[in-house]
Amino acid sequence: MMFLQGYSQYSKHRDSVYEPKPLRLDEINLVESYYNQEGNHSAILGGIGNEHVTDLSNGLDIKFVGWDQHGSKHTIGAGLGIDHHTAASAAFVSKTGASKTPGTRVYPSVNWNVENVKGNSFGIGAYYSTEYNYKSIGLEINAGRKISSNTEVSGKLSAFFDKVKLIYPSELIPQSTVVQTSPNTITTASGRTIRSGGDDEGDDDNKVYIPSSPRNTYTASLTLSQIVNTRMQFAITTDLVAQDGYLGLPFHRVYFNDGSVHVENLPSSRLKLPVGFRLNYFLGDYFIIRSFYRYYVDNWGIRSNTAELELPVKVKSFFSVAPFFRYYSQTASTYFAPYMSHTSADQYYTSNYSLSKLTSNFFGVNLHLAPSEGVFNSHITALDLRYGHYTQSTDLYSNIVTLALTFK
Amino acid sequence: MMTTTQFTQAITFIFLKPFFMRKKISFIMILIAGATVFTSCKSVKEYQKSRINDADMVLKARLSEKPELNFQTYREGAAGANGGKTGGGCGCN
Repeated sequence: MMFLQGYSQYSKHRDSVYEPKPLRLDEINLVESYYNQEGNHSAILGGIGNEHVTDLSNGLDIKFVGWDQHGSKHTIGAGLGIDHHTAASAAFVSKTGASKTPGTRVYPSVNWNVENVKGNSFGIGAYYSTEYNYKSIGLEINAGRKISSNTEVSGKLSAFFDKVKLIYPSELIPQSTVVQTSPNTITTASGRTIRSGGDDEGDDDNKVYIPSSPRNTYTASLTLSQIVNTRMQFAITTDLVAQDGYLGLPFHRVYFNDGSVHVENLPSSRLKLPVGFRLNYFLGDYFIIRSFYRYYVDNWGIRSNTAELELPVKVKSFFSVAPFFRYYSQTASTYFAPYMSHTSADQYYTSNYSLSKLTSNFFGVNLHLAPSEGVFNSHITALDLRYGHYTQSTDLYSNIVTLALTFK
Repeated sequence: MMTTTQFTQAITFIFLKPFFMRKKISFIMILIAGATVFTSCKSVKEYQKSRINDADMVLKARLSEKPELNFQTYREGAAGANGGKTGGGCGCN
């Protein structure tokens, strides 16, 4: 009897503590950025072309939060991103320079996450991205476990299923072939395929059908977060990434040493292993040291080191100024060679300078403003304004300005 | 698709060559440093986490870093382990 009474009291206690709360709008994040780049090693022209790029990026994330009868916190998020870019080199997909230079990418996403009273969490997410020459579908599952109040382990599995539209440089469009996937579709595998037969036959709007090739990416991530003391914490993250499919881009030219021109050809699989270490330290009452180091290795021959240091200064409790500096270096991929350096004996070849030996520096400042009464007494609870200047040893340089707003 | 043998060889190559063969000493030093940090960890109570919970102390990339992580992914050969993307996205030029 005493046992039942005790159980009854326990149940009442649970009900009173874990009262369900319906989902409500918790947070809106808005991220706007403008990116401007100059360089002269465009892969579209085989490593010698103009790399001028501008990109206007807009991202919106909405987060709803609610609690169930077990006290678990449910978070449902939805995001939408729209990027608009212009790339000078894109004009030269056509040999005459008549191709379009602007493009737009749209990428919505949704996710659901549940965290129980012990701090353990589980979540799933889906992502989609579309632009003229590239489409991507992504799925994600993640879980986190609090080992103690100071230690947390989380893992994530994600898969991206992409389609690369086979748009070749105009002078390299392959000869006619039969597309195997459809009996009504014949002609070039290049991007110049015309439907014949079936419902489309004879229509005036028989449009040029450009086939695609798949690219799949599978990632397994593991993160350990640890609070060391009241001022220091760190996290170790590793992502094991496996890719297969069409891993180059069909409009990238490669000029061989005999003067002939070819479409970039890269292996159909790639394995990457980055390991990142982040350590943050609160120094005194006004300074914070944010540090990051990453070692990266892949089976295309790239080894890379990244070191980043950011030093936020607390001007006020709600306002910080954070100068930052990032140094990056990498070895060249086995498959890279500059303009007119590859030979006909090479099985794989590219003149994409992102796969060359390079170093880069990135520096700038981040302003963070988060007053308790809201920014300028509005619903904006946090404002970040960030500027960065990027230089690469390949003569590429760029500037980026980002504004991030959080509404509550 | 990669075969199981190729996958195993690639894993062996990635893990063993850099750490155990060429950089054995560095790896041991990292282990010692890691062990030192772990053993110096103290139990921190919730009410002692005012500094740890500061917005500038967050153990991931800032929201405002997201666009720059994207462009770095396309301009450099390495990616991942920093909160940026490891797949999907655009066919950037």
